Amino acid sequence: MGIVPGNNRNRICIHGGRVIDPANAIDALQDVYLADGRIVSLGNRPDGFETDQEIDAGNCIVCPGLIDLGVRVREPGQEHKASIATESLAAASGGVTTLCCPPDTDPVTDTPAVAELVRLRAETAGKTRIVPLGALTRGLAGEQLSEMAALARAGCAGVSNAMRPLVNTLVQRRALEYASTFDLTVFLHANDHALANKGCAHEGRVAARLGLPGIPEAAETAAVARDLALIEQTGVRAHFCRLTTGRAARMVARAQFDGAPITADVAVPYLFLSEVDISDFDSRCHVIPPLRTVEDRQRLREALQNGVFSALCSDHQPHEPDAKLGPFPSTEPGISGLDTLLPLGLRLVNEHALDLDELIHRLTCGPAGILGLPYGTLSIGATADICIFNPELNWQLDTHSMRSNGHNTPFMGWEMQGRVTHTLLNGELVYSLD
Amino acid sequence: MNNQGLQIDDRGRLRHFLSISGLNRQLLTEILDTAESFAGLTEQTVKKVPLLRGKTIVNLFFEASTRTRTTFELAAKRLSADVLNINITQSSAVKGETLLDTLRNLEAMHVDMFVVRHADSGAAHFIAGKVAPHVSVINAGDGRHSHPTQAMLDMFTIRRVKGPDFGRLRVAIVGDILHSRVARSQIHALNLLNTGEVRIVAPRTLMPAHAEALGAQIYHDLRTGIRDVDVVIMLRLQRERMQGALLPSEHEYYELFGLTEKKLAHASPDVTVMHPGPINRGVEMDSEVADGPRSVILEQVTHGIAVRMAVMSMAMSRRKDRDE
Amino acid sequence: MTELDDTGIIIDGMAKQLQELVTRTGRNDPAMVGIHTGGVWVARQLHAQLNISEPLGSLDISFYRDDFTRIGMNPVVQPSQLPFSLDNRHIILVDDVLHTGRTIRAALNELFDYGRPASIMLAALIERDGRELPIQANVVGRHVDLQPDEHIKLTGPDPLRLEIKLTP
Repeated sequence: MGIVPGNNRNRICIHGGRVIDPANAIDALQDVYLADGRIVSLGNRPDGFETDQEIDAGNCIVCPGLIDLGVRVREPGQEHKASIATESLAAASGGVTTLCCPPDTDPVTDTPAVAELVRLRAETAGKTRIVPLGALTRGLAGEQLSEMAALARAGCAGVSNAMRPLVNTLVQRRALEYASTFDLTVFLHANDHALANKGCAHEGRVAARLGLPGIPEAAETAAVARDLALIEQTGVRAHFCRLTTGRAARMVARAQFDGAPITADVAVPYLFLSEVDISDFDSRCHVIPPLRTVEDRQRLREALQNGVFSALCSDHQPHEPDAKLGPFPSTEPGISGLDTLLPLGLRLVNEHALDLDELIHRLTCGPAGILGLPYGTLSIGATADICIFNPELNWQLDTHSMRSNGHNTPFMGWEMQGRVTHTLLNGELVYSLD
Repeated sequence: MNNQGLQIDDRGRLRHFLSISGLNRQLLTEILDTAESFAGLTEQTVKKVPLLRGKTIVNLFFEASTRTRTTFELAAKRLSADVLNINITQSSAVKGETLLDTLRNLEAMHVDMFVVRHADSGAAHFIAGKVAPHVSVINAGDGRHSHPTQAMLDMFTIRRVKGPDFGRLRVAIVGDILHSRVARSQIHALNLLNTGEVRIVAPRTLMPAHAEALGAQIYHDLRTGIRDVDVVIMLRLQRERMQGALLPSEHEYYELFGLTEKKLAHASPDVTVMHPGPINRGVEMDSEVADGPRSVILEQVTHGIAVRMAVMSMAMSRRKDRDE
Repeated sequence: MTELDDTGIIIDGMAKQLQELVTRTGRNDPAMVGIHTGGVWVARQLHAQLNISEPLGSLDISFYRDDFTRIGMNPVVQPSQLPFSLDNRHIILVDDVLHTGRTIRAALNELFDYGRPASIMLAALIERDGRELPIQANVVGRHVDLQPDEHIKLTGPDPLRLEIKLTP
């Protein structure tokens, strides 16, 4: 790992790279100096700094370690798909130093024990930091409140009902109010289950032709409308996870403009794919919420660019091969996305959907702000979570280069431009491309 | 892997028969012509031909259906093939064996063709993508997506009754379009055969959102929907639709969309009435229409065997360059 | 492309041979079956000349061909018409060109699906070398020697004409 045993100062110099830190509005060719797991200087070598390790970042970009708000590590409960060990490695190789996992583990993260288990296992693996979200209701059943204070103390950055239905609006109101007591952010997945009616594709032209049960746009917008009303009622700080429709983005934008404490994110696949991609019954494109129209895709890109979505995430859902081997409606939804978060983000920049600076913002200080955690920046004294990537490096996503245990992605075989060369977590090198 | 690439081999021959979409007009006409030959056969004393002797055909039905399975079985037997009927109910699938495992086990027994019916849209495509190169798959109905042999026997019937020029025909399909794989396949086939007008008629709850993507004109009123049409195809209404808050009652449906002699007066004087069966008398139509002179419902059943014989034999024949 | 003599003359000769054969073998009151399409044309004339009382039967052997899986389906198949019982009847089977013998093999199979004839006599308008099965005609109109790249075809129904062409 590059650490001299017994030497806990671990002084590292990252030299020759282009430092981009949107949190501090930095974009400059500078060297970065780390010690004791923190950033000690940018640009100028500190007096008396003896370098234990040099990292050559020539032709590379040096930015804060990436923060991914939507990652399922499948542990505890679904270890046949993936585990904290495997997915931490995938995260590190993708430059992701902090990832946020939803509470729909098995058992559900509605007790401090599960939250601590997840954090500890991540620490043991030592490749990435996992910040769990706690359950909003017990068992995610939507009926009783969970012990949110205890969950927060155990390290949960917020609470969420994941994708499980919150049918009772009174329970939802109370849960939001309770969360706000502790200044907890509620992470909402806007989906009206009754309207979704067990659909597996966007209720649009393609589903009509293919005879696939559809999930109407209203399943998302009706839920967003309800949630916005309750957010206003309760004053809770809320974050909308992985919105998929242009209409919902507009609703959120309006609420933000009116001053509501609302943030939102979007997942990478929805910025590249649309309902057209399921025309062949390609189960790799079976996701929930579903891929929407081409217009929606464009609106989502715009909302990411103009900051309505202040974070870009992977919505990582690794699966074993069997989960995708079957007729489309019976396959399990989800794309394995950790490996492609940054490369596809860079493709957005290449396609002029956003600037490089904006991209890095949405991957670093944007999500950090949503989590309310002191990461995603290269400020002096900040934790040294660092991502170094070569934006010109071409590679292909295949079963060898993909690090996640789940290979379920429609981007398999795509040519990618941009690859992580080094990842540092807490000032330690946890990944290098060799 | 698109529809066309999967169904048609590199010489333009039918390999799998999964959906009308992905085929071309020439191939559809060839199926109809081939069915014509087999139709002549069913009227003979010797109904059996040795075309598929030695071949094994498996009816792999994940959805119960006696009618469709029986016609496929009869068609296969008249081609002298050996037939295996496998009904996989929900419970046996739940007991563990994946669809893929079932398939592999059957393939190990050197099966030549699968006739598949499944509750999931896309099931036949999935299976066709996984079978060995010499094995063919016929879709006997997948979810709401496609029922191509039904569509072909309906086209065969229309051609026999109205002649080969579909361009001068107006055809209306009435009923639960939303859930109907039969309707989707029929619309595709009618469009491929350049039918003059293709109409779909249903209350809004039984019409798919974005129905215009299907390629037919949308009507919500029966009388205007069947005005001057030459063919009316009535779809079956399933009882579950009342439970799903899609319709208030069969009675109201019959009042508004059920076919009676009186309502048929709006259609062309020599309108033909069709129905894929089985009929709910007093719901989709009354007995007077079902048993009346305009109805060709029983002929449809007979034609079903000839069409399935045609599709099976075409899918099993592979064209290679003729030797001297 | 070469034409042969008046086909009518060849058929007249066949009718005479058939009459002699029937008399000599005592196979009285035979029925006649022609194989689509050329065999039926020839059979019609023979049927008239031999004064056969039963209507002429016709066979389409497409479904009985052994090369079905190689050449694929021929869409337009006329149904076979056998308007009499075959059981214990003497049958005269008529085809236009006897070459490999496979068509006759298919025809025999099909006939036996209909019943059990007492005997079958084969009359072929043209016979050429190249038999792949042990099959021979009882009555041959004319034997023709052809090059490997030539084939002979009967066109009709009126007038009936034989043409030798190069195989495409």
